[in-house]
Amino acid sequence: MSGNDNEKQFSRRDFLKTTGVFTGGIIGGSLLGGVVMDQTDLFDDEETATSNETTGSDSGAEDGNVAARTFFSRSEDFETLAAATERIYPEDDNGPGAIALGVPYFIDRQMSGFYGQNSQDYTMGPFKPMASDTHGLQAKLIRGDIFLFGLRRLDEVSNEKHDKAFPDLDGEAQDEILKSFEAGDVDIKGVTSEFFFNLLRNMTIEGVYSDPAYGGNKDMQGWKMIEYPGPRMGWINEIESKEFQSLEPEALRQYQGGGI
Amino acid sequence: MAEKLDKVDVVVVGMGWAGGIVSAEMAKAGKKVVALEKGVDKTREDYVGVKDELRFDNRYQIMQELSGDTITSRNEIDETALPVRTMEDMQLGTGVGGASVHWAGASYRYWPYEFEIRSQTIDRYGEDKIPEDMNLQDWGITYDEMEKYYEKWEYTAGISGEQDPKAPKRKKPWPNPPLKETPSLKLFKDAAKNLGLHPFQIAAGNLSQNYENPDGEQLNACMYCSFCTRAGCDFSAKSDPIATVVKTASRQDNFELRTRANVRRVLYDDDSKKATGVMYVDEATGDEYEQPADVVVLAAFAFSNNRLLMLSDIGEQYDPETKKGTIGRNFNGQYNSAFHGARGYFENEKFNLYMGAGALGAAVNDYAADNFDHSDLDFIGGGAIELRQYGFGAISSSGHVPGDTPSWGKEYKDKSLHYAYRSLVIWYTAITMSYWHNYLDLDPTYKDEYGDPLLRATYKFGDQERNIGKFGIEKCHEIMEEMGADIIEDGEVPDEFDHVYAGGHYTGGVVMGDDPETSAVNNYLQMWDVDNLFVVGGSAFPQFGGHHPTPTIGALAYRAAEGIEKYMEEGEQLATARGRRYI
Repeated sequence: MSGNDNEKQFSRRDFLKTTGVFTGGIIGGSLLGGVVMDQTDLFDDEETATSNETTGSDSGAEDGNVAARTFFSRSEDFETLAAATERIYPEDDNGPGAIALGVPYFIDRQMSGFYGQNSQDYTMGPFKPMASDTHGLQAKLIRGDIFLFGLRRLDEVSNEKHDKAFPDLDGEAQDEILKSFEAGDVDIKGVTSEFFFNLLRNMTIEGVYSDPAYGGNKDMQGWKMIEYPGPRMGWINEIESKEFQSLEPEALRQYQGGGI
Repeated sequence: MAEKLDKVDVVVVGMGWAGGIVSAEMAKAGKKVVALEKGVDKTREDYVGVKDELRFDNRYQIMQELSGDTITSRNEIDETALPVRTMEDMQLGTGVGGASVHWAGASYRYWPYEFEIRSQTIDRYGEDKIPEDMNLQDWGITYDEMEKYYEKWEYTAGISGEQDPKAPKRKKPWPNPPLKETPSLKLFKDAAKNLGLHPFQIAAGNLSQNYENPDGEQLNACMYCSFCTRAGCDFSAKSDPIATVVKTASRQDNFELRTRANVRRVLYDDDSKKATGVMYVDEATGDEYEQPADVVVLAAFAFSNNRLLMLSDIGEQYDPETKKGTIGRNFNGQYNSAFHGARGYFENEKFNLYMGAGALGAAVNDYAADNFDHSDLDFIGGGAIELRQYGFGAISSSGHVPGDTPSWGKEYKDKSLHYAYRSLVIWYTAITMSYWHNYLDLDPTYKDEYGDPLLRATYKFGDQERNIGKFGIEKCHEIMEEMGADIIEDGEVPDEFDHVYAGGHYTGGVVMGDDPETSAVNNYLQMWDVDNLFVVGGSAFPQFGGHHPTPTIGALAYRAAEGIEKYMEEGEQLATARGRRYI
C-alpha cells in the first residue's frame, strides 16, 4: 500500500499544516514540546512565531476559521485524535478526510456538551463496567473520559511498539494499532478498547456527515461527497422520480433562514 | 407533605395517544379532566426548522433523558440485572404527545387470529402446537368487537391507505388514499406479484392529502421530507396526538393539562378498594401534590404503567417461581428477534433514498398471522414483509457497505459513498410471544432520582422467536432475489436478547383478558381488582402482534374511554370474569 501515490501518508506535520492551528514557533516551544523553559523564553518564541507566521497560510484564523480546542487540554491528545480520525475517514480521490472536514473539532465540541458528559444518561451506581458483553455502556467513565483514556492508550501502545507517538507513525502502523483496539485486544482501565474504538469510529462519521453547525462537515464537503442535499421543506414533487436527484446541499442555517 | 388539590372526575397520567384519546373523549363527554404529563409541553412549533439528523437520530433528543430514571435488564431470573444507561439503548417518548410524536406511522390492524390466538391455534393445530413455556393468551376481545374502535382511531388520525388483499374486508375505506409509489416500492411490489404474493401500500400515519378529522382538527398533506421517525412533524402532516386529540381535549374548558407533573404514586384506599387519586411532583419546583379523582387512568407507556402499580402496591406482583400474580406478567415486545430480513445492493440503480416518509412503504401479509399453514412450521403466527422508504440522512446513508468491507478506512469510504443510495432492505415484522420466565418487577438495587426502585425487565427469547426470525429472513431473501439485487445479504437472528430497547415496541405486564388469574385488566382495560382504575396502552397486550402496535393502542384507548364513561354511570366492574368467584 505504501507504493500507492493516492494513499496519503499522514504525519504530525501534515496535521499541523492542514489544521492551521499551531504556529511554527509554538510547536518548537511549550505547546507541544516537553521542554522546560522560563516564561521569558516562551514570550520570545511566541513573538518570533507571530512575526514569522502572520503572513503564512498556517496562521490560526484564516478564512474565518475559529475552530479551537475547548475540551481536550493537551495538544498531544488532540493530535492523536486527529490522526486516528483521518485513518477512519481518510482523504482520497472522493474528497477531503476527517481533518480537513473539521472532525477533530466536532468531537472536541461534542465532548464538552451533554453527550461527552453523559448528562442525559443514567449514571448512578453500582457500576459493573466489565460484567456483561451485551449490556451496552456500563462504565463509570463518561464519554469525555473514555476519549481521553483511549487516546492516551493509543499513544502508549504506539510508543511501546514503535517507540514513536501515534501521529508520527505511518498509516499502516496506525491502522494496525486501531485494529487491535477495535478487536478489544487492548486494556483500558474502566472500559473495553472495543467500546472506545466504536465511539471514535461513530463520532468520526458523525463529524463528517452531521450539519456543519456542529463543527464538522466543513463547507458541506461531506454532504457533497455523499450527494446529500441537507434539510428541505419536502420532496413531494421529486418523490416518484426514477432519476437520482443530485443537488447542491443546503445546511440547517439556510433552512432556518439564518438572520440572527 | 403533598398539597391536596380539588377533586376532579378523571385524572389521566401520560399524554400520548392513549392519554390523549381518553382525555379528549372524557372532556367531550363533559367530565372534568386533569392530565398529568411528566415531560415538557410540546407543540408543532417545537419541530419547525429543526430537521437535524445528528440531534434526533443519533442523540435522540426527542426521547426521555435517563438521568432521573431508566430500567434494569437481564435475561435470566437468577441473573443480576444491569441498568440500561444510554439513549442508544433505551428510547422512550416524552413530553406532550409521547412516543406517538416520533413514531413512523405504520398502521396495521391486528388480525382476528391474533386476538384469539390461543383458541384458534388449538382449534387448528391442537394444544401441542403451543410450547409449554409460552403464556399464549387470547385478548378477551375479538376483532369484530375491536373493529369500530380501530375505525374510530383511523379516522381521528387520518390514516392513508388501501385495502390489504389478505386482510378482512374493511367496513369503511381508509380515511385517505395511499401515499405515492416510489421506484423502490414499485420494484418490491412487482417482485412480490411475480412470486404470487399480494403486495399493497402500507397504511400510513403520514397524510396523502389535506384532511379534517371528525373532531374538526386539520391535518396537512405530507411533503415527504423524511423527518418522521425519531422526529416530530413540522407540518401537522403526521397523525400524532399533538395534531389531533391533544388539541381536541385542550379546546374543552373542563380539561386541564399540567406538564412536568411527574406522577410517583397511585393513591389507593384499602377499605373501598378504590384508587383515590395520584401523587405527583412538579418537576419545575420539586413540590408534591395530591390530585384526587373519581377515576384514575394510567396511560404512561407500558414501563411506567407497570412501575406505578408496583410502587403503589396495587394488584399482585407476578412471581415466576410460583407463576402467581398478574402485575408484570406477560412482559413482551418486539426486540432484536423481529425486523430481520435481507439487504440488497443494486449496482445499476440509484434510488432517491434521502426522500421519504415514515410509513411510506409496501408490504405483503401472505406470511402474517395464520394466513399460511403452520402445520409443518416450528412457530406460530407471522408478520408483514415490508419495504420502507423512510428517507435517510447522510450519517445513516453512509452505513451500508456489502460483504467484508471494513467499517472504516479508505475502502469503507469509497464503498460507502458508492452504495449510499444503492441498497434496499426488506424485513419481517415478526410476532413475539410471552413466556412464564419473562416479566417485570422492581429492581432490588438500582434507584431513580427520588430513591424509588427502578423497574426491572427479565426477558429472553423462546425457540419461537429464533425460528420465526429465520423463516422471515428466507422469505425476504426470495423477494430480494426477485427484485434483482446484485448482492444479497441475509439478516441474522441473534442468539439472545441484547438489552437494547430501541423502537418503542415494549408491551405487556398489565395485560387484558377475561380471566383475572392471567390478566390484570378486563377488555375495557379496567383493573379487575380496582374498579375505578383503568390502565391504558401497550401494557395491555398479552403478547405482541405481528405488526406495529400504535393502531391497536389507539383503538384500545377508545374502548377504554367508552368503558370509563360506562363505569361513571354504573359504578361497578364492567366485565364478568371467567372462573372468578365473586361474593
